[in-house]
Amino acid sequence: MTDLIQLMHSAIIFGTVIMLGAVGEIITEKAGHLNLGVPGIMYIGGISGLVASFFYENSVAEPSGVISVILSLTATIIGSGLAGLLYGFLTVTLRTNQNVTGLTLTIMGGGIANFFGGMLSKYAGGVGKISTDAASSAYRAYFTPLTGNSTSNPLYAIFGYGWMTYVAIALAVAAHLILKRTRVGLGLRAVGENPATADAAGINVSKYKYVAIIIGSVISGLGGLYYTMDYVYGTWIIDGNIEALGWLAVALVIFTTWKPIGAIWGAYLFGVLYWSYLYIPGLTRQSQEIFKMLPYVVTLGVLIVVSLRKKKENLPPDHLGLPYFREER
Amino acid sequence: MSMEAAVEMRGITKSFGTVMANDHIDITLRKGEILALLGENGSGKTTLVNILSGIYYPDEGRVFIDGRETVISSPTDAYAAGIGMIHQHFKLVDVFTAAENIVLGYNEAGRKFNLKETSERIRSIAARYGFEIDPDKKIYDMSVSEKQTVEIIKALYRGARILILDEPTAVLTPQETDKLFDIMRNMKNDGRSIIIITHKLAEVMEISDRVALLRGGKCVDVLETSMTDSVQLASLMVGRSVSLEINRPAVVGPQDRLVLSGLTYIDRDGVKRLDDVSFTARSGEILGIAGVAGSGQKELLDAVAGLIPLDSGSVTYLPHSGGTIKLNGLDPRQIRKLGISISFVPEDRLGMGLVGDMGMTDNMMLRTFDEGKGFFVRRNEPRKLADKIKDELDVATPGINFPVRRLSGGNVQKVLVGREIAASPAVLMLAYAVRGLDINTSHVIYDLLTQQKMKGTAVIYVGEDLDVLMSLCDRIVVLVGGQVSGVVDARTTSKEEIGLLMTSYEKRGDLGSERQ
Repeated sequence: MTDLIQLMHSAIIFGTVIMLGAVGEIITEKAGHLNLGVPGIMYIGGISGLVASFFYENSVAEPSGVISVILSLTATIIGSGLAGLLYGFLTVTLRTNQNVTGLTLTIMGGGIANFFGGMLSKYAGGVGKISTDAASSAYRAYFTPLTGNSTSNPLYAIFGYGWMTYVAIALAVAAHLILKRTRVGLGLRAVGENPATADAAGINVSKYKYVAIIIGSVISGLGGLYYTMDYVYGTWIIDGNIEALGWLAVALVIFTTWKPIGAIWGAYLFGVLYWSYLYIPGLTRQSQEIFKMLPYVVTLGVLIVVSLRKKKENLPPDHLGLPYFREER
Repeated sequence: MSMEAAVEMRGITKSFGTVMANDHIDITLRKGEILALLGENGSGKTTLVNILSGIYYPDEGRVFIDGRETVISSPTDAYAAGIGMIHQHFKLVDVFTAAENIVLGYNEAGRKFNLKETSERIRSIAARYGFEIDPDKKIYDMSVSEKQTVEIIKALYRGARILILDEPTAVLTPQETDKLFDIMRNMKNDGRSIIIITHKLAEVMEISDRVALLRGGKCVDVLETSMTDSVQLASLMVGRSVSLEINRPAVVGPQDRLVLSGLTYIDRDGVKRLDDVSFTARSGEILGIAGVAGSGQKELLDAVAGLIPLDSGSVTYLPHSGGTIKLNGLDPRQIRKLGISISFVPEDRLGMGLVGDMGMTDNMMLRTFDEGKGFFVRRNEPRKLADKIKDELDVATPGINFPVRRLSGGNVQKVLVGREIAASPAVLMLAYAVRGLDINTSHVIYDLLTQQKMKGTAVIYVGEDLDVLMSLCDRIVVLVGGQVSGVVDARTTSKEEIGLLMTSYEKRGDLGSERQ
């Protein structure tokens, strides 16, 4: 039972990182833009928040958790928003190839983040010395009266998370409702499916694309922030893990067949699959790695099933990855 | 009809690069009238209405709506001015329902986004003008005519008083066209003004009150429809007197050349695209294939050419010298290796027919590049052929190595047909060979086909204009939902007969059968 609660707990924290990444990417892809820069944006989002909290907490004697959270959140939103703006400017306005631009952004984001991460380490006095305790504790605080004090209490598996875990669910639900039920959502889906039609219907295609890409990037960037603050407790480790999780977020988008609600349970499922090796006895360090592959295998399986069923609603937006030129003669 | 103007366009000029698409055009649309815009491809019709619907902004000129000068710089402005455009290529999102498409991008002040209420309003508009529509049906489940209905209702839903229809009948059966015309009359009687773009003269005569003729970007004349006739309109359209007659010599010594029997093809989605298709193509004869778009024409030609695998049935080739050769199961290369020359002019000229970025010479080589023995390709023969086609068919190109993509539609088609005919085919198949071509080029193509027929080629011609099919072909096969609904003698049949055959299929629920 304790094992199960532990597994659920780590799966949900793991899942929240990729859920945020995926929800952001779904919004971007609904506008017809395949942003393979998600890992890079998550890197940038993570490091921006960390840098802000770190300098704040090192400059005052008694850092306040709330202020540190607000600062890191703002920095992340600005950082990942700018990354999204850059991607948007290149792919919407300059109409560069989306795949190449996205991959470049991933490499660039990783470089920037690890450069600043390394600098912070030096500043803090060595690798692993970075600490943003006030912020990290404030991010990870949960409501003990609900969960009890023991981590083996089943309620701990449901309520024992920092507030961003629930924000992620709320964002996924909100994205679903906006896409399904509102005029803006209808317009956004039309832009991704058939921009010429949206254009003729009086929708400002470029504006929709920019807004979707930037909002999507910010949400993905929050995934990076969640990683640094909740997943690794407010420090920076140069191990490429954010990039791995970023790709998993891209895979999750396909897994959900572009549905934000699916990203909630899909992310948790990926988390369970990813961590399951800890609970299977007799695995060596090498054979563990096989299990970390499971989420990708499941995604491949979903791709196969979806391609067999051929339901139009499960296919990617029709104009995904294609630049839009207004029809000229 | 009153004499009051709903729309007045004065001195409209629009150029694209060095091409004057519209050259100081003055046109008036009166309230409650149907005005036909008639002109060949490239005469500037579509540019003119695109200016009215906010897609283009004119370089010069002014637009007055109901007597007030109006600036239309976007589709939204056009809607606000009460102008609704029904494009030739439907602007619909496939995975949306009719209702979702209709409200897309439409912000009504003070109205909540509510699809149920939208559906109700759509039904009441439909009832008022005689449309049949299911607001909750997805676009990808709809027939072409249903999609067009969605487009028209979309305009009406937004309160359009001025409707522009760009070639609305190109994709409809005669019966559907009649229905559309009834609806257009209903809308006209309701006080709405309509511009219809077309190049079918018969339709201009039937539906319009007045007709404006465009030629080379200029408005050459505006006539009361009741005071003119097709022959006058045709000569005004082309700029000199033209003969609308197609020379059709009698068939000489026909021999069975290609026997199709029981062709059945089920596509990847599990839809039966061809259903037990059987007929025979004879040498020295032009066999027309008629049917609503998507009735299996494309699959039929692809199957004969060996491009798609058949689920059952056989294609048998009967050579001039006697004997029989089965073609089903062979790919185009194997067919050619057997020494059988089947030429194919596909619908998608620059996709399946030619390589757009290559010049005429290289495109000629596509058919012969694997014939030589050596390692290097030989360019002499193809170059000669390209020169010959350029001269004989009068292809307007700066040179035979100029990318064919940058030629006009008519010239592209001449290059393609020229190459296919040069192979002296025993069977020549063409899909929509004159689509997008002007009257003169179309007649050049018709003459080429007739020449081939007289040389003893079995010509299979998939067409969309029934008038042309009836005056060019010797026999016509009518397809409905992948089945042959009839084979008629083109010399004695009537439009009504073909129209009925085009819709006479009732067995299955998809593929253009949802019509009476």
